[in-house]
Amino acid sequence: MNYQFNFAPVINNFDQLIYGALVTIQLSFGAILIGMLIAVPCAAAKTAGPSALRWLVNVYIEVIRNTPFLIQIFFIYFSLPALGIRFDPNTAALVALSVNVGAYATEIVRAGIESVNRGQVEAGRALGLKSHQIFRYIILKPALRTIYPALTSQFIYLMLTSSVVSAISATDLAAAGNNIQSATFAAFEVYLVITLIYFILSLGFSGLFSALGRIAFRYPLAR
Amino acid sequence: MFRTFGFNEALFIITAVQWTLLLSAIAFAGGALGGIAIALARVSRVAPLRYGALAFIRVFQGTPLLMQLFLVYFGLSIVGVGINPWIAAALALTLHASAYLGEIWRGCIEAVPAGQSEASWALGLKYRDRMRYVVLPQAAKISVAPTVGFLVQLIKGTSLASIIGFVELTRAGQIINNATFQPLTVFSLVAALYFILCWPLSLWARHLEGRFAVATTR
Repeated sequence: MNYQFNFAPVINNFDQLIYGALVTIQLSFGAILIGMLIAVPCAAAKTAGPSALRWLVNVYIEVIRNTPFLIQIFFIYFSLPALGIRFDPNTAALVALSVNVGAYATEIVRAGIESVNRGQVEAGRALGLKSHQIFRYIILKPALRTIYPALTSQFIYLMLTSSVVSAISATDLAAAGNNIQSATFAAFEVYLVITLIYFILSLGFSGLFSALGRIAFRYPLAR
Repeated sequence: MFRTFGFNEALFIITAVQWTLLLSAIAFAGGALGGIAIALARVSRVAPLRYGALAFIRVFQGTPLLMQLFLVYFGLSIVGVGINPWIAAALALTLHASAYLGEIWRGCIEAVPAGQSEASWALGLKYRDRMRYVVLPQAAKISVAPTVGFLVQLIKGTSLASIIGFVELTRAGQIINNATFQPLTVFSLVAALYFILCWPLSLWARHLEGRFAVATTR
């Protein structure tokens, strides 16, 4: 092995990597927020909706979960323009990631709703609580606690998946790597550093989320 | 002038399914061997083995599969193997699958009640026999549903091999799309083919999970 490692291109273009990492973080947070806006109504429809709506939500979940994300983003970026729906690469990335994470989050939220003990809701009703009080004090808090760990690991997974958006030349961290690589040919060094940045991001965010979870869910366990 | 999307174009995409399947099979077989090693290392009494396996899992679960593919692809040329999408894709996916299957199977090994292992230890069985005759057969039963679930994830993961130039289902779709410029037809067909591969496995995994839940509820 007589390969000379050359990290100069990575160091000289570090501002591009920082910019790309910021786009990756923005995309991930944007997608999880929009994904939740998709997931909560879908989970509600799946648990209590009419059967036609339930069927529709199931089709959405099964299609998303059984096709690769790369094909989903190709479909949104290349195929939808044929139907007159056109996005720039970063918007297409956000839409694809949101639609993708929405399907996974639907199942997480549904599991959270179903985990709340029915007897507790009945007890609340017997105590004369109004339905919004039952939702706020009996259902919401324990359900949030139940879904929080699954949701945060879904977020980390989403952030790692988001590297695929570089395939439609969105300007995320992986794309920054592609740019530096094609300008300098220091492919291995570039991707090594980028992989390290992804690793730091995923370790950092999972540490942050578990710390936040410990603070936010300190109230006693419901039994 | 573009080619029109016809029978031959559809056939080109459909026959590319075999490369997706072959790559998935190689990665799964390799990942199964690596996964057993990682899982056993994770539950081992030897601390360096345990920490080594944990580090391996953390790295592969904490970085994107796409970057793992790139690193193996460009890393191979550094060690002098030359750039070959086949070797790169198979190797990267094998390592990726080893980490995920290792973590899944560790959970299954730990789900076997500790008393089983202790009882066989008390009966004088050595580590090898304890694992081989008592713990692993029970863990294997528990592991079927999550393993099938991971297989779906692996098949979807092979689509990323298209980015390093491996011609499988996704790459075949891109090639035909570039020639015909019929993205709606092409990517609908590709998505449908992935769905046909993955959906039965998803249903099977859910069925197994349900059966297992019934079997363990007493």
